[in-house]
Amino acid sequence: MNKAVFAQRFKAFASSFLLASCVVTGTAMAEEPLKLGFIYVSPIGDAGWTYQHDLGRKAIEEKFGDKIQVKYVESVPEGAEAERVTREMAAGGNKLIFGTSFGFMNPMLKVAKTFPETHFEHATGYKTEANLGNYNARFYEGRYLSGIVAGSMTKSNTLGYVAAFPIPEVVMGINAFTRGAQTVNPNIEVKVVWVNSWFDPGREREAAVALMDQGADVVTHHTDSTAVVVAAEEKGKYAIAYHSDMSKYGPKAQLTAVTHHWEKFYTDQVQQVLDKTWKPTSIWGGVKEGMINLAPLNAAVPKEVADKVEQAKAALAAGSLHPFAGPVVDQDGKETVAAGSTITDEVLAKMDYYVKGVQGKLPK
Amino acid sequence: MQDAWLWLILSLDATLRVATPLIFAALAGLFSERSGVVDIGLEGKMLVGAFTAATVAAVSDSVWLGLLMALLASVGFALLHGFACITHRGNQVVSGVAINILASGLTVVLGLAWFHQGGSTPPLTQHQRFTAIDLPFAQQLADVPVLGLFYSELLSGHNILVYLALALVPLSWWLLYRTRFGLRLRAVGENPKAVDTAGISVAGLRYRAVIIAGVLCGFAGAYLSTAQNAQFIRDMTAGQGFMALAALIFAKWRPWPILLACLLFGFLDAVAVRLQGVSLPGIGLVPVQLIEALPYILTVILLAGFIGKANPPKAIGLPYVKDR
Repeated sequence: MNKAVFAQRFKAFASSFLLASCVVTGTAMAEEPLKLGFIYVSPIGDAGWTYQHDLGRKAIEEKFGDKIQVKYVESVPEGAEAERVTREMAAGGNKLIFGTSFGFMNPMLKVAKTFPETHFEHATGYKTEANLGNYNARFYEGRYLSGIVAGSMTKSNTLGYVAAFPIPEVVMGINAFTRGAQTVNPNIEVKVVWVNSWFDPGREREAAVALMDQGADVVTHHTDSTAVVVAAEEKGKYAIAYHSDMSKYGPKAQLTAVTHHWEKFYTDQVQQVLDKTWKPTSIWGGVKEGMINLAPLNAAVPKEVADKVEQAKAALAAGSLHPFAGPVVDQDGKETVAAGSTITDEVLAKMDYYVKGVQGKLPK
Repeated sequence: MQDAWLWLILSLDATLRVATPLIFAALAGLFSERSGVVDIGLEGKMLVGAFTAATVAAVSDSVWLGLLMALLASVGFALLHGFACITHRGNQVVSGVAINILASGLTVVLGLAWFHQGGSTPPLTQHQRFTAIDLPFAQQLADVPVLGLFYSELLSGHNILVYLALALVPLSWWLLYRTRFGLRLRAVGENPKAVDTAGISVAGLRYRAVIIAGVLCGFAGAYLSTAQNAQFIRDMTAGQGFMALAALIFAKWRPWPILLACLLFGFLDAVAVRLQGVSLPGIGLVPVQLIEALPYILTVILLAGFIGKANPPKAIGLPYVKDR
């Protein structure tokens, strides 16, 4: 074979090889899945805050299949560890990262500034950045509805509330629960025990028992474990669960549960990133958006109570009812929202007082 | 007055529940450390016990089988500690820490693999758990002034492991101070050479001590997951093994003071929950922040001001090397 023919054939082979390589690489690049990550503050378990977010993760895996590649890390402590995990996720090529705890806000903000090409979404926070959005649910709407149930079912006129930390989200839940209960029974008192932890089953249980010993015959919680429902079941009292339906832990005790649903939000966010239309937003969805709901009511709840809850739910969705429509009066009798007006989201997000009917002093 | 008495009784009732795992674990540490083996691994053995008890109870439908397997699992980890420290004369603190890390990781990995619930076990039903036992005539005597409340609320209505923990304190005292085994055990922690000279196996005694410690940690763990709670949750011991260790040192390695130390820690924890929203005579409502800080403040004051120097067994932490 002479040199000219060899050179010609070699060029043809080389160019076709290069062309094939480009096609293969291009196809591979085009089909490379979107990598995204979830950072959870507590174990997933089979009920609770993190479990509900994980249902959202499963929903996006089901919907998008091979188009996405999802990674998650559970039980990440708030603070320095959260920053490390977020940084590792971003460095690992995850282009959309969800952080699902209030205490992840500053760590995520810090990392977001270092990785401008990565999209970050933070649950329950209030800070945004060019590549950091936040999202939350109007838990207080569900609390208000559950308050109607609790107020209807109590015989002692004392309700118990096991609370994690005195932050606005928790405080507005206590207040909404109280106001919901007072629509049925104005004489109701709500006793609160702070456990200073999102997840401490032993302490949550002791707090619930303490409240029941103090006369509460319906207890609820703003913590992550099922301990309060279990304690109520043992003591023959009622409970209203939070985050997830926990009826299997307390089939007789659980009257209902305030549940939150993230599936639609998560699928929307992933779709936006895939479509390259994602923008940082502050989303605060409630009953209307399907983010907040109540678990099926216990058979012990009378039909007229169930009807009342349904009416209130429909009114919340329609916007004709607001749990903090004036007049709202605090513990000291001071009017915080005037009659005929409704609290604004800005004021609500900074709520730092108990409404009339809540016992004890709010830690500040 | 009646309200104050009720509050006190209910707080003491909670104290017993909270103190139970501490009593088991501190007694475990007592036997191990009195024999000269440092037991930092109380936490890990409790965790293994808790996981095993809940797992077996959930799968077999028997809380008693769960308890038995918890004891065996905890003893297994205790023997691992013994093998490292007694047979191979390894560093006892390092071995204890390794056991804690191993237990923390292993329980989560196995929990995830078997139950797919984030490292937790499935929730336990009432018959898969240790439930409250009502003592005879508790209901009938409830209305009797003062003593009725004491009997029906404080003494009655606990599960069997609470009563066992309380019974083990005098039993441990008797075993340590009134039996030949106890004398030898204390001697091996003070002067192993003298024990060896008397023709008694130092390693044998220390192994027996760590086995007893394993059994007691198994009880503590089983209590957490099948009595106090209704499932195993990852890292559910939450530092109670270290609290028990503090109680042990606080009590100067003696059984009755261990009971008092654990009850004190339990009471402070119970009060932190039960003082919230309670108006105290002459004081009014106590701020939650102060209530939360109270256990720590009192612990520091008590440790610093009232117990004096804690002298551990003289041979603690020292591997025994037999003279040739």
